[in-house]
Amino acid sequence: MKNICLYFTLHAPYRLKRYRFFEIGQDHYYYDDFQTEDKITHVAQQSYLPANRTILDMIRSSNGKFKCAYAVSGIILEQLEQYAPEVIDSFKELAQTGCIEFLAEPYAHSLASIFNANEWENQLKLHADKVESLFGIRPTTLCNSDLIYSDDIGDKAYKMGFKAMLVEGAKHIMGWKSSNYIYRSAPAPKLKLLVRNTKLSDDIAFRFSDYTWQDFPLDAGKYMSWIHSTPEEEPIVNIGFGYDALGINNNAQSGIFDFIKALPYFAMENGIGFMLPTEAAKKIAAVDDFISCPYPMSWSGEAKDLSAWCGNDLQHEALNKLYSVAERVRLCSDKSLKHDWEILQASDNFRYMSHSDAWGTNYESAYEAFMNYMNVLADFLQRVEEQYPTTIENEELNALLKTINNQEKEIEKLEKELKAAHSRKSTAK
Amino acid sequence: MFGWEFPPHILGGLGTASYGLTRGMAQQPDMEITFVIPKPWGDEDQSFLKIIGACNVPIVWKENDWNYVNQRIGSQMNPDEYFWLRNGIKYDFRRIGTNDLGCVEFSGRYPDNLVEEIGNYEAVASVLAHQLDFDIIHSHDWLTYPAGVFAKQISGKPLVIHVHATDFDRSRGNVNPTVYSIERRGMDMADHIICVSNLTRNTVIEKYGQHPDKVSTVHNAVEPLPDADSYKKTPRKDKIVTFLGRITMQKGPEYFVEAAARVLQKTNGVRFVMAGSGDMMNAMIDLVAKRGIADKFHFTGFLRGRQVHEMLAESDVYIMPSVSEPFGISPLEAMQVGTPSIISHQSGCAEILTHAIKTDYWDIDAMADAIYAIVKYPAMYKSLHELGRKEVNNIKWYDAGLKVRAIYDKVIKERQ
Repeated sequence: MKNICLYFTLHAPYRLKRYRFFEIGQDHYYYDDFQTEDKITHVAQQSYLPANRTILDMIRSSNGKFKCAYAVSGIILEQLEQYAPEVIDSFKELAQTGCIEFLAEPYAHSLASIFNANEWENQLKLHADKVESLFGIRPTTLCNSDLIYSDDIGDKAYKMGFKAMLVEGAKHIMGWKSSNYIYRSAPAPKLKLLVRNTKLSDDIAFRFSDYTWQDFPLDAGKYMSWIHSTPEEEPIVNIGFGYDALGINNNAQSGIFDFIKALPYFAMENGIGFMLPTEAAKKIAAVDDFISCPYPMSWSGEAKDLSAWCGNDLQHEALNKLYSVAERVRLCSDKSLKHDWEILQASDNFRYMSHSDAWGTNYESAYEAFMNYMNVLADFLQRVEEQYPTTIENEELNALLKTINNQEKEIEKLEKELKAAHSRKSTAK
Repeated sequence: MFGWEFPPHILGGLGTASYGLTRGMAQQPDMEITFVIPKPWGDEDQSFLKIIGACNVPIVWKENDWNYVNQRIGSQMNPDEYFWLRNGIKYDFRRIGTNDLGCVEFSGRYPDNLVEEIGNYEAVASVLAHQLDFDIIHSHDWLTYPAGVFAKQISGKPLVIHVHATDFDRSRGNVNPTVYSIERRGMDMADHIICVSNLTRNTVIEKYGQHPDKVSTVHNAVEPLPDADSYKKTPRKDKIVTFLGRITMQKGPEYFVEAAARVLQKTNGVRFVMAGSGDMMNAMIDLVAKRGIADKFHFTGFLRGRQVHEMLAESDVYIMPSVSEPFGISPLEAMQVGTPSIISHQSGCAEILTHAIKTDYWDIDAMADAIYAIVKYPAMYKSLHELGRKEVNNIKWYDAGLKVRAIYDKVIKERQ
């Protein structure tokens, strides 16, 4: 039996306010709350809420046969809690059905997996904690930001305990291989890789309401017959896209919600089931074939690489400056500093600096995005510097901090020793 | 073509644009250009077009012998041509003051009696229209519109006018009625209007009431700089931010000074240069003193020729905060030597440049921010330096020439 593994991603950055250089050192609040709220409430009203209602209906009417997974970044969860808590509630309701799964991803939807492994691990943990505290489910399958994956990342993910990971079906990596099997990661053969079916995903996300497309209009019957017509031995079709494809990229008038709603019926008719990523990784055996990916790939653009986030000089400079203080920020305990640190890592900040692919930008040009970000970053770096001056080397600082943090334990230990010595003395007498 | 300036003796951007455009158009094999200017100096590059000096065209019949004419104007024009043109005098222009050859003495500049000079130029156009053989008349800027219109009336050939600027740009909205009426009449009479930017096109449509179908945009380009690599940036401790142009109301120099003051409040190691001269120069010197930044703010006076490129190449940032700039070729020149540019949204060249920073002319905060970013963040400088240069090297006059040609073809076809 064929199965569909359907998953959605949700993420939105905090929008930075216009931050001029003369505010560096004066103003430590970097965000344009109005814009952030405006964007998040818009997407919540147009997409997340109606989509969640639709999914809930589908789960109920299919008696739990329909299942899907969500990768929700920590940053957007914060925004939803603040500006659109009804979305959180509707996710809670979905979670109670037991038919949905939350996927693990870096808290800030960041590029930390490329630039700083410690930070990446840290963010995965933060995110898992957040999801568990809200929905009571701890994510077990990894869906890295924008499906960024490389051998190195796969290896680390496995060492962190992940058994399955979602990756992009990039042509230059897959070659002749079909994405409709479960593969193994070359450096860590026990890590199962679920490969996104790019064509079938983009059909819904980008082409559904494109009337110049040869297959327009797309209906659920046609879509399922495509899946049905894939070779019989292919066990799984991974379909994933941004959740805002439902209601924003394809607006409600395009019929997208009815299309989604009709999927389970036609799936059943074609003998196709639905599976969650973790379930699929457990139940479906991996083929004896490895995916090897020496350079990072992602699901972005035609090239499926990282060029949208670190393809030009501006982006390199910003990223290098940012991650140069990663260790220091990790050492510090200032909560607001840490929060800013997460927000500034959101990959969107760097995408806006792309000359060719600044998707979703609110800046006039890549240069403006860079200027504004760098001014904010300059202030942030100053704050880090105030906490831990750069004159002290990282290792030295680490040692000092260890001493400070451990001093209580140390004192306790010594006191014990002292007591023991005393008692020995007294018994000796 | 009727023009007012031609390199190497130029006073503003008009001459540069006329030269570039004609040079680009001359690359089309079936194009022959005759360019009329009030007063040639004799050292113009005539390899690709023919230049006629209006000051050598007789408009009043005077009997002169060949040798005398040769002695007078032989260096600029063949005496035979003088006699041939003399046959084109069909009207009585004796009211106009002429010299012994029956020609008008033009200044070729922008004198106080400009309107009179424009009228005399018109008289010259009538002689040329009777005598020359041509398919199309092309008038550059308002000074030559009357000449173009008169030539059209005489010859019946289509007239294309090229709007390099309107009086709305020059005056920040307080137009001179005489100038406006000359501009308006030229536009009304033209078969097609070419504007150097969409910004100008909108002005022409809205303020001069022209039908949008009749108005097209052909963006200016920039002549390749063959010795671009010979301009070197000497390493120095302080970064240099340069304003270069006429120091007049149109160019927005006061916004540059204010932005400089904001940058200097916060940072050291930046110097500001205002190159050029103009009627607001003294006011700017006062303003600089008032803001207390005179130790970091320098005036160079008027620069010409190679000095311009040297100044641009030495700069870390070039800034053009023009209040209203129909096109503005100087940022392109700055980018040719690899200098990052900040331009105002109110400049025509902003429409075709991606690798330049754009701000509103009044937004001194944004301007200061951009200056700061280029000076402080190396990636910003590097990116603008490399990509800007690449971009500007792809803006070619040849392409602009092709667009003009398409307009010619259309206008001639409509005529038939």
